[in-house]
Amino acid sequence: MNIVFRVFLLLLTIFSSSYPTLCIYEDQVGHMDWHQQYIGKVKHAVFHTQKAARKRVVVSTEENVVASLDLRRGEIFWRHVLGPNDVIDAIDIALGKYVITLSSGGTILRAWNLPDGQMIWESTLSGSTPSKLLLSIPTNLKIGKDDVIFVYSSGCLNAVASIDGEVIWKNELTSEGGDVQQLIYPEGTDIIYAIGLVGLAQFDAYQINVKTGELLKHSSMVFPPGFSGDLLFITSNIAVGLDSTGSILVAVHFQDGAISFHQTRVSELGWDFSGPAVMLPTKLTGMFALEINKSIVFIKVTNEGKLEVLDTLGHSTAVSESLYLSEGQQAFGLVQQGDGKIILTMKLGNDWTNNLLQETIQMDYQRGIAQKVFINTYVRTDRSYGFRALIVMEDHSLFLLQQGEIVWSREDGLASITDVMVSELPVEKDGVSVAKVEHNLFEWLKGHLLKLKGTLMIATPDDVAAIQKMRLQSSEKSKMTRDHNGFRKLLIVLTRAGKLLALHTGDGRIVWSLLLDSLRKSETCQNPRGLSLHQWQDPHHHVLDENPSVLVVGRCDYSTDSPGVLSIVDTYTGQERNHMGPTHSITRVIPLPFTDSVEQRLHLLLDVNRQARLYPRSNEALDIFQRELGNIYWYSADVDEGILKGHAVQNNCILEIADSYCFNTRDLWSIVLPSESEKIIATATRNSIEAVHTQAKVTSDQEVMYKYISKNLLFLATVAPKAVGPIGSVTPEESWLVVYVIDTVTGRILHRMTHHGSQGPVRAVFSENWVVYHYFNLKAHRYEMSVIEIYDQSRLENKDILKLLLGKHNLSSPITAYSRPEVITKSQSYFFTHSLKTLAVTSTAKGITSKQLLLGTIGDQVLALDKRFLDPRRTINPTQAEKEEGIIPLTDSLPIIPQSYVTHALKVEGLRGITTVPAKLESTTLVFAYGVDLFFIRLAPSRTYDSLTEDFSYALLLITIVVLVIAIFVTWVWSEKKELQEKWR
Amino acid sequence: MGGVPCNHTLIFLSLILFILPSALAISSENVEGYSINGRVKFPGSVIGPGLPPKISDVKVILNGGQRVTFLRPDGYFSFHNVPAGTHLIEVAAIGYFFSPVRVDVSARNPGKVQAALTENRRVLSELVLEPLREEQYYEIREPFSIMSIVKSPMGLMVGFMVIVMFLMPKLVDAEEMKRAQEEMRNQGTPSLANFLGGAQRTS
Repeated sequence: MNIVFRVFLLLLTIFSSSYPTLCIYEDQVGHMDWHQQYIGKVKHAVFHTQKAARKRVVVSTEENVVASLDLRRGEIFWRHVLGPNDVIDAIDIALGKYVITLSSGGTILRAWNLPDGQMIWESTLSGSTPSKLLLSIPTNLKIGKDDVIFVYSSGCLNAVASIDGEVIWKNELTSEGGDVQQLIYPEGTDIIYAIGLVGLAQFDAYQINVKTGELLKHSSMVFPPGFSGDLLFITSNIAVGLDSTGSILVAVHFQDGAISFHQTRVSELGWDFSGPAVMLPTKLTGMFALEINKSIVFIKVTNEGKLEVLDTLGHSTAVSESLYLSEGQQAFGLVQQGDGKIILTMKLGNDWTNNLLQETIQMDYQRGIAQKVFINTYVRTDRSYGFRALIVMEDHSLFLLQQGEIVWSREDGLASITDVMVSELPVEKDGVSVAKVEHNLFEWLKGHLLKLKGTLMIATPDDVAAIQKMRLQSSEKSKMTRDHNGFRKLLIVLTRAGKLLALHTGDGRIVWSLLLDSLRKSETCQNPRGLSLHQWQDPHHHVLDENPSVLVVGRCDYSTDSPGVLSIVDTYTGQERNHMGPTHSITRVIPLPFTDSVEQRLHLLLDVNRQARLYPRSNEALDIFQRELGNIYWYSADVDEGILKGHAVQNNCILEIADSYCFNTRDLWSIVLPSESEKIIATATRNSIEAVHTQAKVTSDQEVMYKYISKNLLFLATVAPKAVGPIGSVTPEESWLVVYVIDTVTGRILHRMTHHGSQGPVRAVFSENWVVYHYFNLKAHRYEMSVIEIYDQSRLENKDILKLLLGKHNLSSPITAYSRPEVITKSQSYFFTHSLKTLAVTSTAKGITSKQLLLGTIGDQVLALDKRFLDPRRTINPTQAEKEEGIIPLTDSLPIIPQSYVTHALKVEGLRGITTVPAKLESTTLVFAYGVDLFFIRLAPSRTYDSLTEDFSYALLLITIVVLVIAIFVTWVWSEKKELQEKWR
Repeated sequence: MGGVPCNHTLIFLSLILFILPSALAISSENVEGYSINGRVKFPGSVIGPGLPPKISDVKVILNGGQRVTFLRPDGYFSFHNVPAGTHLIEVAAIGYFFSPVRVDVSARNPGKVQAALTENRRVLSELVLEPLREEQYYEIREPFSIMSIVKSPMGLMVGFMVIVMFLMPKLVDAEEMKRAQEEMRNQGTPSLANFLGGAQRTS
């Protein structure tokens, strides 16, 4: 026994003697990892094509990204991801070289250099009243020497110098509580007009001196019925609005302080309009659009304020802004939806009947409908006008159309991933083509010789390029079948647009995509959004005749009591197998640890009425569920009330229509946290499918410690209610952080600890018998990470061999969560430098490989940190035995080793989450980090001890063997000769 | 960068004060809060292999992501309307390790700078942030050397063989060798089975 322990310890020491860092060589980038850059759904776009320089389009997106794209290929020239609260409200280009962005509710104005994206200036506009935000950049207006930008925000009109961002003048316009709707600057004059509404009933027109900001004239007129919303500005002196009933169109004529209203009933327009009309926020000159009865009506406004219906189009039509051509002409674009295609129509502003251009473009049905269109013009060689159109589709993808063709497209829906799931690829069968790995022995040897040269640093740059190419083109990693090591998988991602995409882990390409119909806007489902993905079917025994599938759970609106939608998607084909909904509300999805005969996993869906519904709805599932009824528990945390409750299934619901799959629930226990001193800010549970290899831990003094491993453990963190805000809002004395480890079956608190003078945000990860969490220590003013490990004391006597032999052990006693085992916890805290965005832990197939924590830092990098650094048994001076065991001497802060950045020199901009998946090879884990960018890498936390590394040189091995064989022959010949000489002597 | 003049047109206090190029301070402003102005400085490209990073890709982060700002071409940054209290500023730049900075914004004596690096508790007299060290994300390949070949498993194999071939005979006495050979000849052809049998007998 002793010897076994010794050998085990020795092996352990050998394996863990060096700190395993990632050790990626620069030429290995892109070999085991891929990185994709996105921008998100485009909100505004400004073209910059005037000069002979590189043509580009500047966009701002819903992910708070401002980016400059190459108009020829769609690549990103530069890009900036602003802070999460820094929503971009408007963008424009000033002076032909600065991109101006207005963000953070109109309080921050920034200028970026157009060629390289360098921020030139930043200006803060003060004001407290939220208001409409307007950005207007007149051409050729100078105040003094400065070109000027007009910004209306927070109820103030600001004139800002575009060269350095200083505020030239400022005028508070809306002291009466109104809001400005439009700024109009007639070119070449000294007056800027600000047109607004007060309380939706009073129409105001301000005339302001552009040089000084002085209010020259203020005229207003009350429109007694009131307007129903914003006004649309048709020309420089006509605005159109709907009255409060939505049945009368009002054209407002304003010129030099004189205001007049012209009212027209919607029904008078000669069409049979019933139902409420809605004005579309178009920016067209001389006309506007109304949405009535699911169709869009274009209405022309004459100079006298008369309205004229031009045309009626289907409701899924996207309209661009007016674009100024020369000779005072204006053009605009319409995108209509066809069957599997879109129709782009360009029209002149004053001529509805004739089209400048009409193009039909084939468009994948999975892209949905066109939502936005931005147009740009260029002069063709024959001096006629050509048009480019930038189209944003329903799935958030971006297209550039020119001459009836798609010039480029960007899959920007992937910037807003909400959930990730991993699916296996099909098993390699007969008939599934196997790509040729290597052509012949000569090629194979040549390749390995090149690799050898690379490792020996005697490769020429050409050779290095050849090696790189060889590695990247290895067809092995992008095949569409399962591999022996389990490296090739499908990443199934759900995006905010309600689209499901499958990415190949080998090269990150999109294998299939599906715009889920159940997550598209419809009559019954107004604001659908996807919530989560769950493994519905993951066949192992039926791997050849059943395809794996995922369950997509969505909700029809923002509130939790809105109806839910479900759909099941086959992950091999990308086809929807089944969908349900809108149905009962869904607050939580609990995957149960049971599967039916075709390996469909049982799921319990909870609704707001605390009723649980079983899926799949089959008798077999119901049988399994009834059998296991007593073993199903879950908890709920009410963050607002500060109550933690344990639940179990009670009996069938009593509904009007009998539903045997619906169950009532009962409360088992509850923990009420004192609301005046504790507020829940974070929870963490173990991943239910995590593999744990060993339950015991052998320490250096040959003691055995039993890990307390339970699937029903919950980590809960609460802070003082005052400390909920950001850093700097609370003093250390009035702030504390309390952490709990709770058993969710019995509600027993296994561990409670208070960190005085600390606050959130708390990021936590629970794995095996330990939890690691990250928080802010206000006293030291540094971030800290703590670890809690839980050990089971009641099993300690098991190690007595005598008892084991005599049968007096409790190994055979059933393990139940109801027993109250003695547990001890060990804890330790360390400083950590960076803020964290997310925290994850590596997972491997059998759980043998040591774990690494994956820290998503504030700088959008992912750092791998060995769990051994977060070991509560670390001491300042570990004994020799402890050192052998791999205990690192205690330091006050956790080390940051640059080589252990998983993302090496890349950034995963806007990082939101990290998912880890075990590969089949025990040493290896697959890591997928997502945010605005996507990043995937294959990691080996303790190096690849179970397979040869990729840069293992077969050539060197071969050479060695050849050399050895030759040497054997030489010595053999030699000794024969020698022997012969001996004999002759 | 020069001072930023302001025109007060209305009752609102202008929020922009003079920002002097060298003296960086927390300047008192309107009731909403204070401003933190600072500068990020990179060491000259003399030391280290890489050029200083593109200054446009550097982010300055207040209080763990509450606000994010960027650097102006001269390396200056500022946060406006920051409430009084103790704040944390982090700099995110690929290739460099910056210590977070603790910044005290005091309501009592506005204009006073109180900044300290949290990593080594060094007090900063002015808010000029410099990286503590450069970060090298890649392993550097060892240049080609005979040692690296010798140290590799194949090298060890070859080395071991060489030792056995050339050194072992020298260690064994020539006379003894001869005697052993005689013995072997007497016993007949040596075979592995014989040898193993002999080994068992001796043990």
